[in-house]
Amino acid sequence: MMSDAIVTPKKVWQRRDRKTQLAVWLAWLFGTAVFVYCFQLISERTIWAFVLDAPAQAADLGSRMVPPAWGYIHYLWWPIWDTLNIATLGTIISIVIAVPIAYCAARNTTPSVAFVRPVALFIIVASRSINSLIWALMLVTIVGPGVFAGIIAIGLRSIGFVAKLLYEAIEEIDESQVEAVRSTGASAAQTTVYGIVPQVMPAFAGISVFRWDINIRESTVLGLVGAGGIGLELNAAITQLYWTQVSLMLLVIIATVILSEWVSAKVRHAII
Amino acid sequence: MLRIKGLTKRYRTGDLALKSIDIDVPDGQVMALIGPSGAGKSTVIRCINRLVEPTAGTITLNDTEIVGLSSGNLRRMRRRMGMIFQEYALVERLSVMENVLSGRLGYVGFWQSWARKFPQSDIDEAFRLLARVGLDHMADKRADELSGGQRQRVGICRALIQNPELLLVDEPTASLDPKTSRQIMRLIKELCGERKLAAIINIHDVMLAQMFAERIVGLKLGEIVYDGPPDKLTPAVLTQIYGEEDWASTIRKADDDAEPVDDIAPVMPSIERDRLAGLT
Repeated sequence: MMSDAIVTPKKVWQRRDRKTQLAVWLAWLFGTAVFVYCFQLISERTIWAFVLDAPAQAADLGSRMVPPAWGYIHYLWWPIWDTLNIATLGTIISIVIAVPIAYCAARNTTPSVAFVRPVALFIIVASRSINSLIWALMLVTIVGPGVFAGIIAIGLRSIGFVAKLLYEAIEEIDESQVEAVRSTGASAAQTTVYGIVPQVMPAFAGISVFRWDINIRESTVLGLVGAGGIGLELNAAITQLYWTQVSLMLLVIIATVILSEWVSAKVRHAII
Repeated sequence: MLRIKGLTKRYRTGDLALKSIDIDVPDGQVMALIGPSGAGKSTVIRCINRLVEPTAGTITLNDTEIVGLSSGNLRRMRRRMGMIFQEYALVERLSVMENVLSGRLGYVGFWQSWARKFPQSDIDEAFRLLARVGLDHMADKRADELSGGQRQRVGICRALIQNPELLLVDEPTASLDPKTSRQIMRLIKELCGERKLAAIINIHDVMLAQMFAERIVGLKLGEIVYDGPPDKLTPAVLTQIYGEEDWASTIRKADDDAEPVDDIAPVMPSIERDRLAGLT
């Protein structure tokens, strides 16, 4: 046995060779150094007395929040209804606009890869890169405060989201099904309706409901900048230090979001 | 009659897939196109209905030139050619009936097709075809609920409801088990016989090609290396098409012809339907 081992030397195997191993080690060293440096920077600019005080402060705020002002609930039905409407109408507007954009952005359906597709992609990026709160901030100055500004803000922000996910779904379809429909002599419009639409329908439904779900959460804060809904009430209560009302509103928002998640899960399950 | 003259296809990658192919397919002839992967079998079929644009050459179907047709005329031309696909290519989320009726899309307007309002005559024909392949009870099933053999039979109905002059069949059995493969090939052959329909069948199963085709064309690297009857397909020919291999067991022996008689012979329609429907 021993002589065998000498005659055929063992082949050494390592996950990385020496050079790569060194590079990985240096990368870790560099990362750690940056972390330590940053921690020090932040530490210098932090008033640690306040941080140490935080648990006491949190407990104090918490005690001022209970019990929630249950009687105030009657003033919240209308704002929460507004919030739901902002989310729903905003989502519908975004879907109507996003579908043609997605069609133009998908490589396999766009009328022109060189001209139309870049425009569609730019619209998607522009819409996605601006948060709905910032859209709302601008729209409140343009169309005035209220629900309408909120709807448009949600709509503009959602176009990019819906269009991006939808165009990715369109690009992933099975081309042979489209080819089969085309080979029967169907027109381009018929090929779309028979070959493409059925294939992207589940994705489309899922994306729409998912975005609606997100929009319910986003529209609860739009009121902070005056774009209507329950956020408006929340902002007022915080500035007036009515903490028991604040806690009630937070509970209402949580309940609404749970409800919307439940609805969207049900709808997605039903369609897919 | 389909006439292909000097058909050449160079893909954008520079690959020369077809090198000046000439094939004539008379009415009612079932022709098998065999050859190794990459020989250009699919390209031939796809050039005929111009899912792939030919680089050069002419293709005429009953005196209509196909190459160079404008898009409107091409659509009218495609109505005259039915195509059957390797992975069935049914629209998975549509019902069996919708898939069959999609073969009539070239004849109905957009809004009509959008609302699924097909003429009653088309619906009657769809039911008749589905009954012929033993699937009329499945009309409202979704295509993705069907087994492979059933899907391919729906694909056959979709092609036939076009009332085509030519059937283009691309590897119809590649995703089917041996028994179902034979049944599908037999069905295609029978239906072509009933309708005096010409068919070009791409197939890489040489034995199936010999069993069900009247004529075999062998393609190798974009060139025709064999064109003749199935029984002239000798080991030498197969070596020429596919390369060196032991072909002795592949070639169908003459006395095999007698064996599947009870299978091929016309059976009572109800029994036949049971036989086909039992494939679930």
